Amino acid sequence: MATAAERVSSSEREKLEAIWETAPGLLGTLGTVDHKVIGIRYIVTAFVFLLMGGVEALVMRVQLAQPNMHVLSPEQYNQLFSMHGVTMIFLYALPVLSGFSNYLWPLMLGSRDMAFPRLNALSYWIFLFSGLFIYASFAIGAAPNDGWFNYVPYASAEYNPGPNIDFYALGIIFVGISTTVGSANFVVTLLRTRAPGMSVNRLPIIVWGTMTGSVANLLAVPAVTLACAMLWLDRNYGTQFFDVKGGGQPLLWQHLFWNFGHPWVYVLVLPAMGIVSDALPTFCRRPLVGYTPVAIATVTTMVVGFGVWVHHMFATGIPVLALSFFSAASFIIAIPSAIAVFAWIATIWTGRPVWKVPLLYFAGFIVVFVIGGVSGVMTASVSLDWQLTDTYFVAAHLHYVLLGINVFPVLGGLHYWFPKMTGRMPDERLGRIGFWIIFVGFNLAFFPMHVSGLFGMPRRIYTYPAELGVGGLNLATSIGAFLFAGGILVYLTALLRGYRNGAPAGPNPWDAPTLEWSVPSPPPAYNFAIIPQIASRHPLWEDRLEDVEDRSRLDRGFLLDRGRETLGVTPLDAEPDVILKMPGDSLLPFLLALALSILFVALLVTALWVAAVAAALLLAILIAWLHPVERPLEERLRVDG
Amino acid sequence: MAEIRTLDETLPVQGTGRVGTAWWGMVCLIATEALLFAFFIFAFLYLGTQSAGDWPPGGPPALRLALPNTILLLASSVVLQWGLGGVESRRRGRWLGGLIATIVMGTAFVAVQALEWSNKPFGMGSNAYGSAYFSLTGLHMAHVAAGLIALTVILVWSLLGRFSPERHEHVSLAALYWHFVDVVWLTVFTTVYLVPRFT
Repeated sequence: MATAAERVSSSEREKLEAIWETAPGLLGTLGTVDHKVIGIRYIVTAFVFLLMGGVEALVMRVQLAQPNMHVLSPEQYNQLFSMHGVTMIFLYALPVLSGFSNYLWPLMLGSRDMAFPRLNALSYWIFLFSGLFIYASFAIGAAPNDGWFNYVPYASAEYNPGPNIDFYALGIIFVGISTTVGSANFVVTLLRTRAPGMSVNRLPIIVWGTMTGSVANLLAVPAVTLACAMLWLDRNYGTQFFDVKGGGQPLLWQHLFWNFGHPWVYVLVLPAMGIVSDALPTFCRRPLVGYTPVAIATVTTMVVGFGVWVHHMFATGIPVLALSFFSAASFIIAIPSAIAVFAWIATIWTGRPVWKVPLLYFAGFIVVFVIGGVSGVMTASVSLDWQLTDTYFVAAHLHYVLLGINVFPVLGGLHYWFPKMTGRMPDERLGRIGFWIIFVGFNLAFFPMHVSGLFGMPRRIYTYPAELGVGGLNLATSIGAFLFAGGILVYLTALLRGYRNGAPAGPNPWDAPTLEWSVPSPPPAYNFAIIPQIASRHPLWEDRLEDVEDRSRLDRGFLLDRGRETLGVTPLDAEPDVILKMPGDSLLPFLLALALSILFVALLVTALWVAAVAAALLLAILIAWLHPVERPLEERLRVDG
Repeated sequence: MAEIRTLDETLPVQGTGRVGTAWWGMVCLIATEALLFAFFIFAFLYLGTQSAGDWPPGGPPALRLALPNTILLLASSVVLQWGLGGVESRRRGRWLGGLIATIVMGTAFVAVQALEWSNKPFGMGSNAYGSAYFSLTGLHMAHVAAGLIALTVILVWSLLGRFSPERHEHVSLAALYWHFVDVVWLTVFTTVYLVPRFT
């Protein structure tokens, strides 16, 4: 089959390149709307935050390596574990997945960009600035110190008078704006900008995962935004939402936080599970077993995920009937997860596995996920949870699920798509060594936490007495943590060496089935010279799979070369119904994020007149952004072939 | 080289409404905003049901101003929709009249609400009810204000002749947002003013 690139003349490709390429210099750097650039920026920035959160963890593990150590003061420890959690949950785990989806979606869906390219740039800039905003608290020695879920009353002004919690409350609202605009962009992109024929039953699973997570974000982020706004008002303007003395309810914080927090957990894992569902079959040389059940399980997990938030609050004294309901829901949610696990196992089992680095990570992920899933089912039981809550058992569980289901697929996925992003192969031998160090280090670090938790070691205490008898377990955890960190460095070295002098990748080095591998590596600015027409889930494996009768057409379709254009399709069946004009480079997203930063800094120091000026700036930028563009009415269809 | 040809069948360029993308973006914005109100109403009712004393402390708030104000706000949606017909049928007077009337009615709503606020014997910091009352109605007022700013910008663009019967996506989307702000007020009004009368 001739690829699109060969079918389109070089002059035509140069024309498209000129239309789509980012301007050189500062304007291009700050103004680019290319989803590939934004996606890579997302991944790199999230990895920097991962390393920062990792260093915070290592410092804590030095403190906890033996009983009665005094490397850290209790207040320093509080700030470190809080920032570790906030960093990993808010600044690494979702943004890194947004990076993958940003980079991959248009390439997988057969489009030239996301539905709202400028909104895409905006969501990145806000993510970066909100991360810097939260980290500025470190610079003045007043980082958030009440954990990542920031319970009142310890977070109220009475007990926590410094700016620490204000950084948290405003920072979470700030980063939530990035999440919200990013999610809206994913939803509309999925519904409208796909290649013809890319109907919902042919979407890659990562698209299902990110779509489900994005809808959940739109519905769940307002809860934490509201909670943080209430807390900020309580702390700075004397409202009484959480203050018992004025008739407020501390538990209201927990309800609102976990109404957001639990769906968020699935937002952090469903796209990562999608990475596995899409990339694992490549290394098993067969399509994913049970595509439809896995897609349905993805959505089901999210739906049930909205009904389990109280399982974080079993020990708060709420009525038994409520406990029973939420306990049952928490057991049920294991079912859709198990469906996905069986699908992956069956894919490996019935395939011909090729044990490259990504498959090692995906297989390791399955092992870790099952362990984390089992400890999750254990804590879903109310009576057991009452014994285990606020111990290291829960810390072990959450690290098994979050590192297991997020970090392992991300590491495997990045190794897998690295050749697409850079055009070069990562170092396979180093990658393999890195995996084994990471896998051993991970289990050495986190498995003993289950046991120290069962022995009664509480979370979030800066030290512990020798009589508790968990010194050896903690030493093992600390050694494992450093091993894990060393493995991450080896992993990154493997990528770096590939970037410097890896073998050229070519369009499809893994012989993978999905659309992103049909374009050169790295892809041209316009992605597809011709918008392809899709006839199956595996456009590049159609000649080999027996049950595929139709053939996708990658060399015939819409050319669209009169300015930045891509194709809009109907939401379900992906029938072309409009040619969409796309915006070019623009400084507006950067400026809007900058004005938002001024607004949040002003709110932090309660300089309301500065906040008012920033709001006026925001309005002016928005008016410029949304200004109606004069464009003649036209209708046309231009097809190459 | 491939031959390039144009087929007879055509597609619109940058369609409007559900064929474009802006409408879907607005739907996402409305969805997430609607959930913000839903969570706030949950918080309001939660504080009420968990409250030890009377909720609201001085009995249900009076309807004397709030009910007419509600009717005023809902009527503004009808007027705006009527005016919108003027854009489509190229009747400029009807459109500008409807738009200006909507802005006046929305501003009047804010003024009456401010009057009601100033009549309250309690403040935002008096107790949890005061906090919830002023923040929830204040959040809605902020949305009315945002809607009024949007409609005013639309008015300026209309006077500058930026819209035509075929191209007035901005107008339709601003109207959609305004309708949302009005409908969501019904839920806020029910929660704050009506529910305490029947519990």
